[in-house]
Formats: sequence, structure tokens, C-alpha cells
Amino acid sequence: MYRSHVLVCGGTGCTSSNSPKIIEQFEAQIKEKGLEDEVKVIRTGCFGLCALGPVVVVYPEGCFYSEVKVEDVPEIVEEHLLKGRIVQRLLYDETKAGAQEEVKPLKETDFYKKQKRVALRNCGVINPEDINEYIAYDGYQALAKCLTELKPEEVIQIVKDSGLRGRGGGGFPTGLKWSFTAANKADQKYVVCNADEGDPGAFMDRSVLEGDPHCIIEAMTICGYATGATEGYIYVRAEYPIAVKRLEIAIAQAKEMGLLGKDIFGSGFDFDLHIKLGAGAFVCGEETALMTSIEGNRGEPRPRPPYPAVKGLFGKPTTENNVETFANIPTIIREGAEYFASMGTEKSKGTKVFALGGKIKNTGLVEIPMGTTLREIIEEIGGGIPNGKKFKAAQTGGPSGGCIPMSLIDTPIDYDNLTAIGCMMGSGGLIVMDEDNCMVDIAKFFLNFTVDESCGKCTPCRVGTRRLLEMLDKITSGNGTLEDLDKLEELCYYIKENSLCGLGQTAPNPVLATLKFFRDEYVAHVVDKKCPAGVCKDLLQYKIIADKCRGCTACARKCPVGAISGTVKNPHTIDTSKCIKCGACMETCKFGAIIKE
Amino acid sequence: MLKKISQIPFSDTPEQAKKLDAIIAECAGDESQLMHVMQVAQDIYGYLPFEVQKKIADGMNVPLEKVYGVATFYAQFALSPKGKYAISVCLGTACYVKGSQGVLDELCTQLGIGAEECTADGKFSLSACRCIGACGLAPVMTVNDDVYGKISASDVKGILAKYA
Repeated sequence: MYRSHVLVCGGTGCTSSNSPKIIEQFEAQIKEKGLEDEVKVIRTGCFGLCALGPVVVVYPEGCFYSEVKVEDVPEIVEEHLLKGRIVQRLLYDETKAGAQEEVKPLKETDFYKKQKRVALRNCGVINPEDINEYIAYDGYQALAKCLTELKPEEVIQIVKDSGLRGRGGGGFPTGLKWSFTAANKADQKYVVCNADEGDPGAFMDRSVLEGDPHCIIEAMTICGYATGATEGYIYVRAEYPIAVKRLEIAIAQAKEMGLLGKDIFGSGFDFDLHIKLGAGAFVCGEETALMTSIEGNRGEPRPRPPYPAVKGLFGKPTTENNVETFANIPTIIREGAEYFASMGTEKSKGTKVFALGGKIKNTGLVEIPMGTTLREIIEEIGGGIPNGKKFKAAQTGGPSGGCIPMSLIDTPIDYDNLTAIGCMMGSGGLIVMDEDNCMVDIAKFFLNFTVDESCGKCTPCRVGTRRLLEMLDKITSGNGTLEDLDKLEELCYYIKENSLCGLGQTAPNPVLATLKFFRDEYVAHVVDKKCPAGVCKDLLQYKIIADKCRGCTACARKCPVGAISGTVKNPHTIDTSKCIKCGACMETCKFGAIIKE
Repeated sequence: MLKKISQIPFSDTPEQAKKLDAIIAECAGDESQLMHVMQVAQDIYGYLPFEVQKKIADGMNVPLEKVYGVATFYAQFALSPKGKYAISVCLGTACYVKGSQGVLDELCTQLGIGAEECTADGKFSLSACRCIGACGLAPVMTVNDDVYGKISASDVKGILAKYA
């Protein structure tokens, strides 16, 4: 028995800010103090509060130490682990209870209070590289229940009753999808887990794979049993090395314990799993493209029908679900469909994980019951917008999605509400933008992405998105006309209606949504030739306010092209014909004398 | 995706050739392993020279155009070598809204090269990537395995100096 556990976040965010060195240092210090039999150091998955990483949590007290540096480790070991005194200066502010030796439970902080963890239940709790810890938290119980007590059709019925819908963005009822594959007879069927998380700025699936890989293995095996498949593939981005490594470890451990492979739980059911590495193609998130890629080809989508449930991977009936969808399955089976269906709204049950990023204080991973409003997520859980800036919009669904403006911030989030306002749930990227972000520029950013990622198979997407981008370029460079805005909209609808797969059908969404809610910004670019947010360079001019300029010459010395002239102690001026609008002068000026407009 | 094709003459060491032969031999006969072989080959050489693609095509018994087709389809495969220090700037949405484009622009200015290019001395190569998933650290850039988070354009000079 250990008297203390030190949990160090080993997610990608914290790993990038040095958590592996912190773990090493903890182990060395603990050994030096002779505490190795009393204190255990565990590398966990993501705690969710990435903004405060690297995160270290010490139990049994539940002290949440944030932004820990390697140099802080000796103090934590000496003070906390040896002498039992909490290191107040490193505590997450919200958990400070006032009294020296007390901490407020994490569950009561604004960030965690409104969250409900189902898909993320083990992330930041267990060591993902140890199957015994997963089992200790009821792991593989759901699989045992399915294989020993339930018939395949009963498993499907439970999933149907739970109301679970696909978390990859589409929102298709999962139980129904399973029943389609189950209904087809074939000598071989497959289960595929889509872990090709392509939305830039979203990392829900990665965190589940890194923090709780066994739950995906368990869920895929259950799906295999329910649909009659004996082989599964996890298609994961090669850019997620930690997730891949933990999956490999987890699969090996599950096989060793007989939880994967031949005759699982003595039930006679066989199931085997393979990992396939993606190679960075956004379109591979589309299910038919993903299967084409697993087969070793360019990941181009196939026309549907035939649907994968009839003719999928290697031409066999296939069920494909996203990581987060699978992550909900063990809980649904273990706790029952009613438990799951008790959370959420009428047509969207359960919870949804969002990767909260952009202009928000608490960047990180949050899991909320469906029906929570955007305001609650941003203002309460997210801690609001930093630097006193004003909220402008939240972007969901990445390059396929839209944006939610201030006027709709109280919309309860679920599949149907978001679709109704011309937005979409998406896979869970939630990027907050403030007054300094230009919505035309954001639309252009996403179009740049889709132009790059369009596979080229169908013309509306390949050519159409490029024309859209050119029109946006024209607008942001100050050459657009009002007529262009109408043309832009017309082309958007054309691409949506005529593209082969989801990528093209949704690629115009960022343009349509920004046109709908922020048309005035487009008009400002076109008519006034101004970028209200001060982002689009071609429409900007840097100016020196003569009254504020002290003539310190700092800006003139900094300017890389010699566009600033003036004598010492006299106001300077910028030659706009020379200026390359790099902004170096504005950053240098200590008196706030340089503005852009 | 448009890719730059290297003009540098190809040469490899016997060890590299041996490793490549081994992985081809292991996977020959299973066309669905093509991407895996190409991923391993890129690990061995750092990129996929034409000669390596040809060897894979012959060894796996697939048309060369298929290998080339796969190599040009996926962002991960490079057709030109990376620099000694491979710099990558995240242009994921979370980083972009926090100004990573400015970081990339500054790197281009400082290094005198564009994105997806390599300096003449082979020291630095520059690329823009789509989300490395460290959104809490936005904007983020990486130099080989070193991660730099919460940076701005003015930090670029100092970071590059560490590798000079």
C-alpha cells in the first residue's frame, strides 16, 4: 500500500511542456528521500485543464498543482510528501481554501463543476499503460456482461435505447448503424474505429486514446460481438505518437489476459485488433475514404450506396464509429441505457466532449451534458475571454462547421439546435474568437485548409473551393464588390449540393455562416475597404499619433524597411508606400503612439 | 496537395538499403501494407526519393504510379529532404486565431525561405502543420523534438539563435 499517489499528466499538451522530465525528477527525489515504498508516481492521461499544464495532482489530499516546473519538484517532495505541508504557491488558485492545510475539491471549481465525465471518465485518473488499473475501475465488465449474459441483438437494443448518436459530427444513431451491419450475412465483417482526428484545433479523440485506450478496445470488441465481426482496425493519425504507443501497449496487455484474441471469456467469440497509421489527409475522416486508405490507396471517398454496412472495408460489411462514440459504449452497457438517456436533451442524449481553444482562459478538454449553453461553457467553465476583450464568435465543427455569434450564445448545445442555426456539432473543436479576429479572414483560413485537403476526385469540391478562396482573397485584398458577396453565396450552395462526400458538402459552411452572421464585416471589406478587426494586411495602415510620439526613435530603428523617419524628440512619420505592415513598430513603441486602422 | 520534389542526387548507405529491403520483404504480397512500408521508408531516409519509391513499387509488385499517387496524396510523405533542424509551425485553428501566421511569416523573413522549403546550407527546413494538439500552448512551433509554446513573432529570433 502506498500512502500517497502523485499523478502527473502525460497528455500531449503537458508532455510538450516537459512533464516527462517532471516525472523523472519526482522518481529521483522520492528515491533520494527513501519514499519509494510509500509514494507512487503515475503518468496519467489528460486532466483537461491544458492551459495550466504541466499538471500534478497529489492524493489522498487531491492537491491540484498547476504550471509545475522541474525545479519545483524538490519542494513538493520535501514539503508535501515528506512533511505533509501543502505547497500553497503552486496550487491552482481556484482550489485554494484559505486555510493552510486545506484544499477545495477539484469538482467544486468552475472548470469542473458543470462537467459530467462519461467518455473521459478515466482520463487523468488511471495509468493508461496498466490494464489492471482499467480493470480496477470496472474495465472489461461491460464486455464480460455482453459475452456471457446478452445476445448480440440485446446489445444492439441497449445501444439503441441509450439514444447514443455518432460523435464524429454526423450524429447518426449508433445502435441503428450497428443493426444494419448485423443484418448482413457475410463470411467476414469488420469494426473500424475512426481516430483520424482531422479538425485542426480539436484533440478529444487523442486524449481518450492517450488517457484510456482500453475503453476503445473493450467497446470495439463489444461492437464486433453485436454485429458479428471478428476483426477490427483502429485508424489513427501518425501525428499522435503517444496515442499510438499506448494503444499498442493496451492491445498487447489485453491479448495477454485473454480479453482480446481467441475465445474471449470462454464464450467462443474471437476478436482481433490492428492499428493502421494515417498519414495526414483530412478527407480520411470520411468513412469511405478512411476504408480506402486502410486498403493501402489514396484516401479518396467512394460513392454511397453501397453503404459500409453492406460493402465496406475490403468489400465486407463494416461498422465504423468515431473514438468518442466508442468511449461511451462500456458505460452504456454497464450502467444501462436509462442512465445514459437520463443525460442530455430530448434528441441528443448523453454528453459531448469539446476541445476548448482560442481566446479563452481555460484552454483544454471539457465534457458537458448535451443541452449546456455556449455561455456556460465559455463564461463559467472556460473562465471567459482573457485580456478584457469582447467575445465575437465561437467556431464549432472546424473546416466543416460554422460559427455561433453573441446573439445565439444562450442556445442549448445539441445536434439539432446547432444544425437549426446553420452551425454543426462537429467532432468537438470549439474555438473562441474575440474582437481582434476578422471573420472574413477566418473563413479564408478554413477555405485554405479545404483547398489543400480536397482529394481532387470530384470537380465541385476540387475547383469550387479554389474559386471560393480566390473570391475571399479578392475581398480581403480590398478588390471585392458587393456583387462578389452574392456570387460567393451562390457558389457555396452549388458546392454543397454537388460534391461527392462530406468534405465538399460541408466545405462552404464557414463562408456561409460568417456571411450570415457577420455580413457587415464583409461589407466593410468591400465597400469601406477596411478590416474592422485590423487583421487583413492589405486593408491596414499603420499611423503614428503625433501627440503621443516622444521621438524616442525606437520604432525607426526597429523598422526593417526604413519606412519610418523623424528626428530625435520630434514626432515621427511612417511612409506608407514603403511600409510592409509587419507591425514591428507597434510592438516596439512604449507610448502607444502607433495605431493600425 | 502540391509537393516540392527534390533535385538533390540520391545516395544511400548499405544499412539504409538493408533496412528498406527488410521491410519490403516483410510486407510483399499484402498491398494494404503499402502505406506502412512507405512510412518506414520515410523513417529510414527522412523523405521518399524517387529511387526509393521505385524500389518499393518493384518489391511490393504495385505500379510505380500508385506509390507516387499515395506519396503525393498524404501530407506526411515528403519528396524532398528536411533540414538538420526541421521547424514546424502549427497553423491549426487554435494557434491561428492566436497569431501563428505572424510567427510563420517572421520565420520566413529570418530564414529567407518559404514554407515547405529548406535553407541552402541544409540547416533549417520550414513547414506549416495542422494542429499538433497542444492547443493549451498556442501558438506553438517545434524544432525537431523541441516544443516552443505561447510564442509570438518577436520570440523567433531568440529561438533560432539556439540552433545557430
